[in-house]
Amino acid sequence: MSTATTPVRRPADAVLRISEEAALAAAVVDDETEVATESDPADEPMLINMGPQHPSTHGVLRIAMELQGETVLRSKPIIGYLHTGMEKTAEDLTYLQGPTNVTRMDYASPLFNELVFCLAVEDLLGTEIPPRATWIRMLMCELNRMSSHLLFLATNGMDLGAVGMMLYGWKEREEILRFFESVTGLRMNHNYIRPGGVAADLPDGWQADVEHILAVLPDRLEQFDTLMTGQPIWRDRTQGVGVITADEAIAMSATGPLLRSTGEAWDLRRTMPYLAYDEVEFDVVVGAYGDTFDRYAIRLNEIRESMRIVAQCLDKMPKGPYRTEDRKVTPPPRARIDESMEALIHHFKIFTEGFRVPPGETYVAVESPRGELGCYLVSDGGPKPQRVHIRAPSFVNLQSLPHLMYGGLIADAIAVISSVDPIMGEVDR
Amino acid sequence: MADDAVETDDAAPEGEATDQPMMYGVPCTDERGQTVLYPSREEYPDVLAAAAADGFELCVDLCAVDALTNRSRVVPPGVELERFEVVVNLLDMRGRRRLRIRTQVPADDPQVPSAVGLYPGTEAPEREAADLFGISFSDHPDPSRILMPPDWVGHPLRKDYAIGAIPVQFKAVEGR
Repeated sequence: MSTATTPVRRPADAVLRISEEAALAAAVVDDETEVATESDPADEPMLINMGPQHPSTHGVLRIAMELQGETVLRSKPIIGYLHTGMEKTAEDLTYLQGPTNVTRMDYASPLFNELVFCLAVEDLLGTEIPPRATWIRMLMCELNRMSSHLLFLATNGMDLGAVGMMLYGWKEREEILRFFESVTGLRMNHNYIRPGGVAADLPDGWQADVEHILAVLPDRLEQFDTLMTGQPIWRDRTQGVGVITADEAIAMSATGPLLRSTGEAWDLRRTMPYLAYDEVEFDVVVGAYGDTFDRYAIRLNEIRESMRIVAQCLDKMPKGPYRTEDRKVTPPPRARIDESMEALIHHFKIFTEGFRVPPGETYVAVESPRGELGCYLVSDGGPKPQRVHIRAPSFVNLQSLPHLMYGGLIADAIAVISSVDPIMGEVDR
Repeated sequence: MADDAVETDDAAPEGEATDQPMMYGVPCTDERGQTVLYPSREEYPDVLAAAAADGFELCVDLCAVDALTNRSRVVPPGVELERFEVVVNLLDMRGRRRLRIRTQVPADDPQVPSAVGLYPGTEAPEREAADLFGISFSDHPDPSRILMPPDWVGHPLRKDYAIGAIPVQFKAVEGR
């Protein structure tokens, strides 16, 4: 092991350590002169800025790159353009309001953010959630993983020039978002998973909707295989590009598909199960070469594995309450409010003052589509958290980018950024 | 893969004399099933090195906490509470266990040895903690701000940094 003792294979200075101002000063070169100088390989390495408005940077990622001809040498991701102080905001919201805030971090997989926050709160509260809530959470999260990976397939295809793929990916994702809308009322930023359970039970006829998704998707995935997986151009663009070894990935704290692409079968759902993942059957998809193609193939096949889990959730969905009966965290049923003054007061208190959480600190982690999503929560016994820290997988995985891009072509850099699949809302928080 | 590091395995809980569980020579508690260590700032690099040698190969997370308004912290006897804490979460992938290290950092000298040499993946989290809390990590290769603009004044996640009270700072870009 010893990631800590073995040095990373690539030069440790793959990271370009310059200030933002220096990078900005170097950026005032217009495109015409860039092309002219790039054609002369004898030139000095030049510094260019990619982003933050570049369409392939998934939002507002900016990368200062050192180029030798068309080869990328050192580089540095410059982030923070989307920083809105969400961890600071979280300290000013009650535990019941918390999910509305964290759900906006990783906006492609909002349910995972809500889940990890609620698991942390429930750990401090010591609340047990009913089985149906657990299985609803699992169902929704796996559907969310599918929609998130479909979004990846769409943007990854677009970044590599398979523009048609963008439309197909968005289209299939929309099917899932439509189901989310019928359950939670919103396509994104659901605030559906709450401390103590979920906000509402699944609507009538949800089985048919889920079965429809499960029936339609396999054919579409076959089409994606035809469109991309087997294509020689696709393989040329992705195989052997942006290679990372298991040791490097672990040293850089990378998790998720980035780590699994190296052959390391690390998936928290399997290795450190939470919810009821130890009661469902699925395979952990791993790669072998740690390249861009592996990361693409892992996500494509994880959609299939998630479909297996969703199908099992359909079969095994238990009956019963969808949120805990613990009146400390759950407001009284609507019908009680009409007949009982105490219930009304109780309801009012929970939504204004909030419930108190015993003092303590905890770290809870779940496997989000991008890697280990963790929540470090500190409570001082009051109705609002002292500190909410979200361990955002995109933020940590982004550190591997300079190592992945080092020595590659600038055109491949686009493929590499795309294969890390950063969500900037989560990176900057 | 997991063989060469085990030789320095002096990690078994020791010091049963005082009843206080110890791990790697520092006090340790069990928080609802999660192992937490409380090294001093001086012990922190050694504890990290001992943990790395003991199999905690992946540094999952590093963050800071400002406990200015938190009066409810409970720590083992002998651990002196300070305003800031640097919290490191480690993961042992073979043993499937987690470890949390809480290091107390005084407000008048907010400085901690950097872990980047041992765990290169802590570079961005340490920059984040430095940016938002004003804790400096000595020997960090790139101690620049990461989320806030480079010329920002203050450290927003500190408890004495009010929300909503500061006007938005804009800056002009030369030559545009």
